[in-house]
Amino acid sequence: MSALTIINLCKSFGGLHVTTNVNLNVEPGERRLIIGPNGAGKTTLFNLITGELTPDSGSIQLLGKDITRVPSRRRAHLGMARTYQIITLFARDTILHNVTLALLGLSPARWNPLLDLKRQGHFIEHARAALEKVGLAQIANRPLAQTSYGERRRVEIAMALTQNPKLLLLDEPFAGLSIDERRDVKELLLAIPRDVTIVMIEHNMDVALEFAERITLLHFGEVIVEGTRAEVVADPRTREVYLGH
Amino acid sequence: MNQRVFALIVAFIVLVTLPYWMAGVYYVNVASQILFYAIFALGLNVLAGYGGLVSLGHAGLFGVTAYATGYMLQLGLGHPLAILIGLLVGLAAMAIYAALSLRSTGIGFIMITLALGEILWGLAYRWISLTGGDNGLSLKTRPEPFGFSLADTNTFYYATLIVFLLSFAAMTVFVRSPLGAALMGTRDQPRRMNALGYHVWAIRFYACLFSGLLTAVSAILFVYYTQFISPQTLALTSSAEVLLMVISGGAGTLLGPVVGAALVVVVKTVVSGFIERWNFLLGAIFVAIVILMPEGLVPGSARLWRLAWRKRTRHAASISGGAEVKS
Repeated sequence: MSALTIINLCKSFGGLHVTTNVNLNVEPGERRLIIGPNGAGKTTLFNLITGELTPDSGSIQLLGKDITRVPSRRRAHLGMARTYQIITLFARDTILHNVTLALLGLSPARWNPLLDLKRQGHFIEHARAALEKVGLAQIANRPLAQTSYGERRRVEIAMALTQNPKLLLLDEPFAGLSIDERRDVKELLLAIPRDVTIVMIEHNMDVALEFAERITLLHFGEVIVEGTRAEVVADPRTREVYLGH
Repeated sequence: MNQRVFALIVAFIVLVTLPYWMAGVYYVNVASQILFYAIFALGLNVLAGYGGLVSLGHAGLFGVTAYATGYMLQLGLGHPLAILIGLLVGLAAMAIYAALSLRSTGIGFIMITLALGEILWGLAYRWISLTGGDNGLSLKTRPEPFGFSLADTNTFYYATLIVFLLSFAAMTVFVRSPLGAALMGTRDQPRRMNALGYHVWAIRFYACLFSGLLTAVSAILFVYYTQFISPQTLALTSSAEVLLMVISGGAGTLLGPVVGAALVVVVKTVVSGFIERWNFLLGAIFVAIVILMPEGLVPGSARLWRLAWRKRTRHAASISGGAEVKS
């Protein structure tokens, strides 16, 4: 059974076909890289997978279960987590509160209007442990507004990982990071256990190629090339469309 | 922490002993008004402050509850039943409001709530057989819970104070709760909250109901206080007034709406006795608040206080040689 299966997925905005008959099959534990020039429809594909957009036709399966019509919030409960290309966090709150919200999202306690959230020891401990893993435990109580871009990127990853996802979607996790920060995030991603399947969009080929096992090249909403790292890099179409030399 | 607890204890003692030191019945009545308007402002603050959903139709909800209670009393029902029906009608009206207006956020939400408020105002004004139109509805008596007659000014004040303290406590618990945290999350990053597994619409809907409940509670105190309800209560200016209480005091803070309610009620009732153009004064105060403390009186004063405190400690440190007190 595949972790993620996409069959004949189509989406257009007016006359613009952003996703055209996309078929994708990601095995459990796989590290899949999605590349393509700007406007190739990579983020749209992510938004279709997470359910923020509804496809015009085609279907999406998560671990063999059809989720095409499942609302996006339910997909988080089924084991899907994502990060955003443009960092999307709670700027007024502390790092710890950001991660706590991620934990709370999958807990029935999120509906409770009577508990004191700050006194829910297990949430706080859990969130701290997650921050420990990404190396942010010592600044857990810092307001998010006072953190660096690289730290925020790690907060996003920590939030995704605390949800124990089976499928993790990373939208340009290395974008805008310094060389040191890139190294930190790469180590972080390499340390993610194999029971998590990862699909990643990334432009930064130095870091991304090392990470990916299989690569899918999108161009104008279509899958042009797919295969192992070596196959895709060697393919002339990749050079023509993407690498440009 | 201790400073805060101390301040709260002082405020509590001041409120409880108020009828004993306040200069006359008139001012005790003003205090009652501040308290029930504060409950109203707390209710609107759930949405405007913590939910990021600004409503300009809350006076409609307030009025519907007041009319429902008044009408039930006119039909000859007892006070407990009239109050209960008033609360239920208020909640039902809020549920309808929410179902219609939560289809959008931001300006869209403001406009839909405004329109709904205007519809209710129009109904109150025109559905004369039910509301008495311009003449309004009068209430003959106030209730007598446990034998304490609320016709007495001080007793009414204490009843209002108890309801206010309960409402404030409920608000405090809600804000600290997971549902409260989720509501603030939907205010700041609705898209992310959805991706994290939260049902954004349902969270907002529950927040609306809580807001509606507080609004209905304050409306019942209001209608027993004035013993009269007319369409004027549902007008857009009333909605704007309570929104100004929330914003001037500090939206998204616990104490802000209470301070804002005190400010507006005092200017409207007490100061208006001395200054004919009190509306002008109120406007000038709001402009000053927006310029000097755009976050509202409560957070603004807290900011100034911290600033002054830091300056003082720095000054003290520099006097005492300060070399070892680097921070």
